[in-house]
Amino acid sequence: MTMTAGSNLEKVLRSGQKAVTCECGPPRGADVEHFRHKATFLKECADAVNVTDNQTAVVRFCSMAACRILLDMGIEPVMQMVTRDMNRIALQSNVLGAAVLGIKNLLCLTGDHSSFGDHPQSKNVHDLDSIQLLNTVRMMRDEGKMISGTEVQGRPAMFIGAAANPFADPFEFRVVRLAKKIKAGAQFIQTQCIYDMERFQKFMEMANDMGLTEKCYIMAGITPLKSVGMANYMKKFVPGLLVPDEYITRLKGVPKDKVAAEGMKIAVEQIQQCLEMKGVAGIHLMAIEWEDHAPEILKSAGVLPRPKV
Amino acid sequence: MVIAESKPVSEILEMIKGYKKVLVVGCKGCVTVCNAGGQKEVEILSSELRIARQVSGNEVEIKEYTCERQCDPEYIEPLDELVKDVDAVVSIACSVGPQYIVARYPYLPVYPGLNTVSIGGALEHGVWREFCQACGNCAIHLFGGLCPIARCAKQLLNGPCGGSSGGKCEVGKGQIDCVWHLIYERLKNLNQLHIMEELRLYKDWSTSRDGGPRTTIREELRK
Ligand code: SF4
Ligand code: SF4
Repeated sequence: MTMTAGSNLEKVLRSGQKAVTCECGPPRGADVEHFRHKATFLKECADAVNVTDNQTAVVRFCSMAACRILLDMGIEPVMQMVTRDMNRIALQSNVLGAAVLGIKNLLCLTGDHSSFGDHPQSKNVHDLDSIQLLNTVRMMRDEGKMISGTEVQGRPAMFIGAAANPFADPFEFRVVRLAKKIKAGAQFIQTQCIYDMERFQKFMEMANDMGLTEKCYIMAGITPLKSVGMANYMKKFVPGLLVPDEYITRLKGVPKDKVAAEGMKIAVEQIQQCLEMKGVAGIHLMAIEWEDHAPEILKSAGVLPRPKV
Repeated sequence: MVIAESKPVSEILEMIKGYKKVLVVGCKGCVTVCNAGGQKEVEILSSELRIARQVSGNEVEIKEYTCERQCDPEYIEPLDELVKDVDAVVSIACSVGPQYIVARYPYLPVYPGLNTVSIGGALEHGVWREFCQACGNCAIHLFGGLCPIARCAKQLLNGPCGGSSGGKCEVGKGQIDCVWHLIYERLKNLNQLHIMEELRLYKDWSTSRDGGPRTTIREELRK
């Protein structure tokens, strides 16, 4: 694997060190200070910070603008892009736009269905799916071509990522789909948040057996459980997400003022367990509206300070 | 076939509230089969409208007719006599029918009494499901004979997505099968799971509605 975009994230991963990415979602309005404030906590503790693209199909300020703000703050962004809201014209245009703004990491997603968001009346696009978007970005970068075959004047240097959900069905197919994403262009993978460690272990074994961990860097997705309510919510309402009772019991078993600490403790243990698994190249910490807790979690997990590469 | 369902009577009453003489027109095609716009439904809707208007003290005269097919000019012709004496028409054919009536009678107000929902079929009595989106370039053979364009909520050509759980789609509150799960099971039965490994690249949507309204021309059939 040779260097493609030369982003900090790519360099850390290529150096063989375990990488750390965090997530920072833009707010539902133009409150840029709120976004900057959240990002401040992540600056020293991540190799790159993901910016979500209207996650859960809820309108927020756009991912590209947020990435630009991170760049100005000296934070390397991973721009997330969903195919739900844009057709191939807009998607390719945004890939080019992101490249000229200095964004070097791109995560290609299909996105949550619009029926889950705050504008369920909207028309969803789905001209491409995530795998086709991966292929498009790879083609623009490596072959200098757009989907139409038109030559790209100035190739976008992107380190290309994708998501994987080891907990969806059919389970046996999950690694096959991962292989498809890699074939299409994915160089790194950030998984859906993991709670069922056993199933993730099994997924990693299958990925190792298929040689996928040689071809791509798999980063384990961790979302700390802030409360019992959140754990129950995730278990019940997030499609394809399994939260084992064990964690819920643990959160319930401590006094109210200790629940957050217990949630952080669980996250730390999970990070350490994931990093011990063969083939796991790093951690993707999605501390949703808990960005200020990210430094402590990562410090306790022993992954700070971040390397300079 | 075309699947349609009745609009709420209150909505239709609102549409025709200013008219004294209305013709309700059904169709003996698809909408008869899906129990939405056949002769029986014409009778039921007509009496509902009559009664509601009578109750509100604003009586209406309703005429009834059911075309052989409303999507054919030849079968619209018999309306010529009937429309002479009405202020408006409510069509309970699929939404093609009312547009044929509009084309024949440029000065007559026409209202849709149905919502045309999909190209689909019945799953059981009283339950219909969408099966095709008329993309204009059928490719179901690439998906075990099942259509992800009409039946996957995200129209994925490389599914199933991360929301597929226990064979159900994340959209539709567990009521809708994840078609990609069905495709997987079907290809497994056919011993063709390798098809799932192939990258399905870009679909040409120009044959779909995205290329503009479509006209189908068969030169050999034209006079
Ligand atoms: S592939 Fe196109 S034509 Fe075939 S069933 Fe699906 S939508 Fe209809
Ligand atoms: S769960 Fe299945 S049918 Fe629903 S969007 Fe995902 S792949 Fe499509």
